[in-house]
Amino acid sequence: MEVPILKQGAFLIATFQAALSDADLNQLRMGLVQQVVKFRSRAVIVDVTAMDVMDSFASRTLREIAHMIRLRGAETVIVGIQPEVAFAMVQLGLTLEGVATALDLEEGLAYLNEKFKITN
Amino acid sequence: MAVGEIRVAINSDQDIVVARQKGRVMASELGFSSGDATLIATAISELARNIVSYARKGEIKLKGIHGSSQIGILVVASDAGPGIVDIRQALRDGFSTSGSLGLGLPGVRRLMDDFEISSQPGKGTIVAVKKWRQ
Repeated sequence: MEVPILKQGAFLIATFQAALSDADLNQLRMGLVQQVVKFRSRAVIVDVTAMDVMDSFASRTLREIAHMIRLRGAETVIVGIQPEVAFAMVQLGLTLEGVATALDLEEGLAYLNEKFKITN
Repeated sequence: MAVGEIRVAINSDQDIVVARQKGRVMASELGFSSGDATLIATAISELARNIVSYARKGEIKLKGIHGSSQIGILVVASDAGPGIVDIRQALRDGFSTSGSLGLGLPGVRRLMDDFEISSQPGKGTIVAVKKWRQ
């Protein structure tokens, strides 16, 4: 399943689907980093609103995406972690340390616009 | 409540998604809250991942169960893989032999109410977990 990556000015927005396999996640990781390079993006928003399960592999992949993008000099913001998913992640002992998070896409964009002083 | 038994063969990472989706549907049918269904689906995802990572193939069995006064769900993950030599070590946070996070089993134990594991080196592993409806 392809994850759509949308270009929005200096940012990229990747919207996760509910049922991503490990292979999909790996593909997305490479795809996102390549797009960041191609468009010289300053930041990536990963929208996980639709994800109903965040297991150890998915959260590790998100951390790796954020680290790879940081090495490119850009920033990652994870948005839309559902309350139930957050609860399960905490129970499972999963963290997204060092990765910025925001409530939803709107908040994520506001955070990045403020950070990069972009006025729409 | 007439929710039977479902078996999902685990042979690839795609099957992990199938197993956790079926688990969520069954949990909802059994009357679990959406929050608990998420915990159950997450536990199934981790158990199925262990099968793919360590044994390559196996099976997840899902079953509605009746306790003395409760309704619950039973998830049994079984494989004929290499088995676990030191179960106590495998249940400790941070332990892993496959380069994964190593949070799988202790995490699953926290997500569910009952947790049982039996493993024989060279023969395979069976993990049986239950969650009871609140």
